[in-house]
Amino acid sequence: MNQEEIFNVIQILLQYVIPTLKVFGATILFSLPLGMVVALLKMCRLKPISWLTSLYILIMRGTPLMLQLIAIYYAIPYLKMNTGLPKIIQLLLSYVDIKNESYMFQAVITAFTLNYTAYFAEIFRGGIESIPKGQYEAAACLGMTKMQTFFRIILPQVIKRILPASSNEIITLVKDTSLANVIAYAEITLKAKQQMQQYSSLVPLFLAGLFYLCMTVVLTVIFAFMEKKLSYYK
Amino acid sequence: MAVLEVSHVSKNFDKLMVLKDISFQVEKGEVVAIIGPSGSGKSTLLRCINQLERADGGSVSIHGEYIFRDENGHALYGDKKTLRKIRLKIGLVFQNFNLFPHMTVLQNVIEAPIRVLGQDKESATRLAIELLKKMSMDTKKDAYPCELSGGQQQRVSIARALALNPEVLFFDEPTSALDPELTGEILKVMKGLAEEKMTMVIVTHEMAFAKSVASHVIFMDGGVIVEEGTPEEVFENTQNERTKRFLQRFQNE
Repeated sequence: MNQEEIFNVIQILLQYVIPTLKVFGATILFSLPLGMVVALLKMCRLKPISWLTSLYILIMRGTPLMLQLIAIYYAIPYLKMNTGLPKIIQLLLSYVDIKNESYMFQAVITAFTLNYTAYFAEIFRGGIESIPKGQYEAAACLGMTKMQTFFRIILPQVIKRILPASSNEIITLVKDTSLANVIAYAEITLKAKQQMQQYSSLVPLFLAGLFYLCMTVVLTVIFAFMEKKLSYYK
Repeated sequence: MAVLEVSHVSKNFDKLMVLKDISFQVEKGEVVAIIGPSGSGKSTLLRCINQLERADGGSVSIHGEYIFRDENGHALYGDKKTLRKIRLKIGLVFQNFNLFPHMTVLQNVIEAPIRVLGQDKESATRLAIELLKKMSMDTKKDAYPCELSGGQQQRVSIARALALNPEVLFFDEPTSALDPELTGEILKVMKGLAEEKMTMVIVTHEMAFAKSVASHVIFMDGGVIVEEGTPEEVFENTQNERTKRFLQRFQNE
């Protein structure tokens, strides 16, 4: 490939940074808070709730994200064709417009969020359970409510403890966005593949790799900064 | 009226009975030391009074207000609001300090007065500095717990408990996690509080301290109060075989 062609490819790939970041951003936005909710549900004293949550986590972590993505993307059109379903489900399905342009994006976000929520939930649970019982007891003896204890005492310590594991997961997510290309969601990897075929060259793939590397480097720096910020106590 | 009244308290862990029919009273300004071998139920008793464990039977009241009362052999707890109110009247100092590691010394002390009592930050800080001065910890007010020695951490945790102005202060083996040379500074602080007529209940293995500071000593073994009385009665003139054996073991150490 000559220089001009390379510039051309870079320009095309640059346009697809935004769709890639959209998947990344939306997944983080939904899966972090949901992960906390699921973590709390798993620690719930009501056994059925805890079991159901465990089952959800088992399935999400035990099957490939790519498979989940394909399944979710195709599930709704298939289910819409099935007229034997209960009325309420049919009604719910009727709200999903599969012909709409954004359907693909919605499917991607749903799959990624469901998957990443499970991972974050386990990280958060580990973090919450690692806080010594004495912290809860001290807060209780000082008359703090459960809410105050969680938000003022437990959560700040949990955040510090889960930061390394979470940053790992978040960096993985940047690279996992490339899986969206299997359902033809237009993002960096899909475009790089097309350019590779067009130019019969591996350079577009190499360039795509550099794009991901840049994004992960930025995140790595941010997380290193955050860890340093939180290192004022042990 | 007694500040603290404990009567016929019992507690089981599954089938194991850890507290059997425990009764005692604490008057205002009294210092009660609870001594006894490990596993005798001392800490569990303290934790039941501080609502960290649920008792199975009996009753406990602070200034006539019941945390729980006996109802046909079962401990019937008060409503949430009452329990919270009573909780603020009693302070607890833990063996492992349990300071909040992400907060400075000062933040540790003012957290509850601000969040729980609704004090404004200035007055809470003023009171906190005063308490920290009393504990000789005011120069460390901006330090984090991890930068302090065990003894210093324990002094902060005493200040934290005092910041809620409790009517009774409980100590659960406050020196057991400390090096011997740091034990002295905590005992000195506690002695100072006793001289100010702070009502205290202290679970301790420091026999010499219990002997010199306590106005009343309770010896527990196997979940029951074996003997109680003045320090002289328990430490010097005991007629009880179990007490004698326990004290002898301590002297031999």
